Amino acid sequence: MITFDGVTKRYPDGNVAVDHLDLEIPAGQTTVLVGPSGCGKTTSLRMINRMVEPSTGRIRVDGRDVRDQDPAELRRSIGYVIQQAGLFPHRTVADNIATVPYLLGWDRRRARTRAHELMELVGLDADLARRYPHQLSGGQQQRVGVARALAADPPVLLMDEPFSAVDPVVRTSLQDELLRLQQELHKTIVFVTHDIDEAVRLGDTIAVFRPGGRLAQAAAPERLLAEPADDFVEGFIGYDRGVRRLSFFPARELRLRGDAVLAADTPVATARAVAAGGGEPWLLVVDDARRPRGWVSADLLTTADAQTPLGDLPLVGFGHVFTVEDDSLRAALDAAVLSPAGRAVGVTQDGTVVGVVAQSELGEAIWSVGNDDARDAEPVGQDG
Amino acid sequence: MGDQPLVRWDWIASHLVDPIGTRLLEHLQLSITPILLGLLLALPLGVACVRWRALYPPVFTTVNILYAIPSIALFFLLLPYTSFSAWTAIIPLTVYTLAVLVPNVVDGLNQVPDHVRQAAEAMGFGPLRRLVQVELPVALPVVIAGLRVAAVATISMVSVASLVGLGGLGQLILTEGFRRQFPTPIVVGIVLSVALAFLVDGLLVLLQRWWTPWTPRPARAGGRNRRSAAASTAAASSAADRPAAPEGRRRRA
Ligand SMILES: Nc1ncnc2c1ncn2[C@@H]1O[C@H](COP(=O)(O)OP(=O)(O)O)[C@@H](O)[C@H]1O
Ligand SMILES: [Mg+2]
Repeated sequence: MITFDGVTKRYPDGNVAVDHLDLEIPAGQTTVLVGPSGCGKTTSLRMINRMVEPSTGRIRVDGRDVRDQDPAELRRSIGYVIQQAGLFPHRTVADNIATVPYLLGWDRRRARTRAHELMELVGLDADLARRYPHQLSGGQQQRVGVARALAADPPVLLMDEPFSAVDPVVRTSLQDELLRLQQELHKTIVFVTHDIDEAVRLGDTIAVFRPGGRLAQAAAPERLLAEPADDFVEGFIGYDRGVRRLSFFPARELRLRGDAVLAADTPVATARAVAAGGGEPWLLVVDDARRPRGWVSADLLTTADAQTPLGDLPLVGFGHVFTVEDDSLRAALDAAVLSPAGRAVGVTQDGTVVGVVAQSELGEAIWSVGNDDARDAEPVGQDG
Repeated sequence: MGDQPLVRWDWIASHLVDPIGTRLLEHLQLSITPILLGLLLALPLGVACVRWRALYPPVFTTVNILYAIPSIALFFLLLPYTSFSAWTAIIPLTVYTLAVLVPNVVDGLNQVPDHVRQAAEAMGFGPLRRLVQVELPVALPVVIAGLRVAAVATISMVSVASLVGLGGLGQLILTEGFRRQFPTPIVVGIVLSVALAFLVDGLLVLLQRWWTPWTPRPARAGGRNRRSAAASTAAASSAADRPAAPEGRRRRA
């Protein structure tokens, strides 16, 4: 656990970067410091490993005041990742990763072996070991940066906007990777970003900073979205916090309709009866393997020839689907909104159809969670 | 010089060891020593100038003023103290090397990206370790670029040292050639000193490739004809190899 006790940082030019910060950062979890530029996030982070000394107040890591420890030694026990990766241009990928092990006096063989383990852990091809940083893509450089920070297996990891400089696709995959790593490693991660979506996605706790270096609110992401402490936090989170909060509610609790799903060889006459019986304006047609093929409307069924199999009719595209087990209400809502039939198709992980859900039915589910507490503080699926 | 042939091969053949070989060795010794001494002094001086910023302006001004004094004047100025020892040439030439190298060491260190320096600090490098293991190695290409300029300038300036009788290929040109109105030693002296400059420069380029395998290389020009490929490689490498060679310090006499 990392504790800030009444920490203030006033730079020599009189600038107060952090103002009376009290914050507890739980061990083994990811805490995200988020806020607009210049509100003291980097300064707060750097006070943890003594790259910046607080003017007043105290910072403890696992109960020990950081000032009681030699700065260089303290830093070797705290991983650090920065925006441009900060890789050493004159060292190969493997030697960059082995930096802290070398500093700790490991022998060369052991450090190299460790570097190779870490390359595998962060998803870097072993062939890259002998390359130099300028021969890597931005995303690969960041992976090396993360591997280097983890090399000596420090319990604490500080990350200062590590994914801000890469393009959105690479950023998403790096975020996924970090979530996966954290599930495996349970480090105490302090992650700085100015991007609230990234914060919601990665954080177990989010600490929102306001200009002037003051903490505005620290809470689990779902709480933050449900109950922003004040207008500043609400404005910073953005206007669609209600919809985004749906990320924290799993879609698996939705009641999906299996009866509105028919095989492609079903004759139109049978389908008509199903549509009339359920009052369904749209039916989903699936193939032999129960994969979705498209929507057929009740209107079309009334005019089509009674013996034609549904598969031979002109079907309306089913748009994108949501995965019942992994996705959130937000993904289900998104699929329904984008569907020409106004209905979302829920599938299993291998893509077979579980059932469909209409916007109106989704609305009820959303309403029922509206004032409820989240059952699950972890973001669900890929859309947090 | 009348109607003698420009090069008399028989003279060259009979004087290959003495004076040609002797003068060449002298020349080499008179240029290598100040280059190495200059490098040895420029590194700590440059590091100090980066560490204590206020130091740089006076140091820079001082070496520039010394650099502005014609070498021949410095040689004569030193003669009463060092007489005809090698030091009379070595001391001024070391000062010139310093004048070229100190700004390069300073520029090289200043060009170390901030995020690299900060990453080193955050990984737990102490200040000295960071300097030796990160900052100086990253500054090395700029330092070597300066070294190339200094080496070529020094090799050509050693010839001037002969005017005050300090030996080297200049001696060959002056006493064997000019005073005796005999062109062959003059040609030999010029060709050898140019060749020496090329050789030393080439060695430094090789050294750079070997010491800094991590610097971005221009892409190989495959498929194109040899001349244009060579030209583009030369252009790219001179741009990459001399990022901060100070203007107007290429040559002096
Ligand atoms: N070394 C410094 N000297 C003076 N002021 C600084 C220094 N570093 C940061 N600041 C100021 O402190 C404030 C907070 O900076 P920082 O912690 O970097 O914010 P953030 O990371 O949230 O963008 C800013 O106003 C910044 O200008
Ligand atoms: Mg910052």
